[in-house]
Amino acid sequence: MNLIERVVAISRRRSPWICRLNAGSCNGCDIEITPLLSPRYDAEQLGVELHGTPKHADIVLISGTLTLRSREAILDIYAQVPNPKAVVALGSCPASGNVFAGSPLVLSESLDSVVPVDVWVPGCPPRPQAILDGIARAAKLLEDGATKSQLQNWLGRLS
Amino acid sequence: MNAVWSYLIAFAVWPGLLFAAPLGWLELWFMRKLVARLQGRRGPPFFQPFFDFMKLLGKETVIPRGVNRGIFLALPLVSVGAVTAALAIVPLPGNPVPSLPGDVVLLLYLMEVPVLCEVLAGYVSRSIYGQVAAMREALLSLAYNLPFLVAIIAMAQEAGSFQMSALQAAPYGVVHLLAGATFLLALPARMKLNPFSIANAEHEIVADSHIEYSGPPLALFKLSHAVELVLLTELFAVVFIPATPWPLLNLLVYLAAGVAVLGGVTLLATATARLRLAQAFRFYWVWGGIASAVTMAATLVR
Ligand code: SF4
Repeated sequence: MNLIERVVAISRRRSPWICRLNAGSCNGCDIEITPLLSPRYDAEQLGVELHGTPKHADIVLISGTLTLRSREAILDIYAQVPNPKAVVALGSCPASGNVFAGSPLVLSESLDSVVPVDVWVPGCPPRPQAILDGIARAAKLLEDGATKSQLQNWLGRLS
Repeated sequence: MNAVWSYLIAFAVWPGLLFAAPLGWLELWFMRKLVARLQGRRGPPFFQPFFDFMKLLGKETVIPRGVNRGIFLALPLVSVGAVTAALAIVPLPGNPVPSLPGDVVLLLYLMEVPVLCEVLAGYVSRSIYGQVAAMREALLSLAYNLPFLVAIIAMAQEAGSFQMSALQAAPYGVVHLLAGATFLLALPARMKLNPFSIANAEHEIVADSHIEYSGPPLALFKLSHAVELVLLTELFAVVFIPATPWPLLNLLVYLAAGVAVLGGVTLLATATARLRLAQAFRFYWVWGGIASAVTMAATLVR
């Protein structure tokens, strides 16, 4: 790894820009993201910026049980995030469907079967510090080139 | 040959890219840190703008379908090039570029190019948000350019020449104060800061006209903005702050003045909410117009 690649890798950890994707959440998880940017947790210390467009994001925070209608949207938005990218699943919903599991309107499968998830943040809703920790871990994975999408690209180049 | 070299050095080294980029990052960091401190937060670490830039350089560029690839990629390059060329003309101490008659006109023209690039970037991206941002940017530039241009033209009238060095050397007088105030009036809108952050309103139109940009082109747009901050603050310092015979002292005074101006506009930005386009327009055409009229009158009575 030469010097510039090394600086770029470090920058990936120091400047994780996030965008949020509500895939059918009750809003409980989403509302816990707001305090991250407020004085108490101040995610900007870690270089976190919240962006509205997936084109500017490095990390997508996906919250909520996956509904039948949100599947396409998740795939579409995930595809718009430029590489390298990481996915953080917020709350119990993306993992299991949580209290909505079994409803005819939800997918009833884990988010991992739609897009590759790098970090799971459990809780219903998760605490803000847990979300921040999830972002920091995803940023570290981006630095190491170890997010699932980075590994897939790497494998794709090998074969 | 000599002149060509001095232009190249001015463009690439001082006061061009090599120094302007770190200086712009420093100013960006200062503004973000000040906003954070005023909001009771810790704020970003010192190297944050640099990390943001390097990270974007290492990212993939996604070009939307149906967008003209050449124009899409050329716009950020043109923007950085024009704003750096404009900075190269500003007679900062140690700037090797020879002073030409009429370089003020060239400077004013080059300063409009980044605005034009942003407007075009919004339109070529084919995103509806980008187009709204581009329309707002174009209209807003019609508003803030009235006091901005009058401030510079009044100084040229005062100095009796359209030459940067003449503007810099003009004997200090009341016109300096009036034109300086008029210039400051236009500054928040030129920097797209808060009461006038209408074109980059992230809550209504998601992002500014770079919404479809990602990777290195976005990094170049961010760089262009950083250099533009340096350009605007140093232009203010060079034209409106009296120069001393000692270049090094001048340089320190100019840099300090730049930081002070940025602190002022950042204070304003944190203390205010966003105006609507019509309100910003009325503000600039009424108060900007009055300030411009007073400034012009002051140059003529003398
Ligand atoms: S995990 Fe809990 S708080 Fe989060 S979206 Fe699901 S139900 Fe709501």
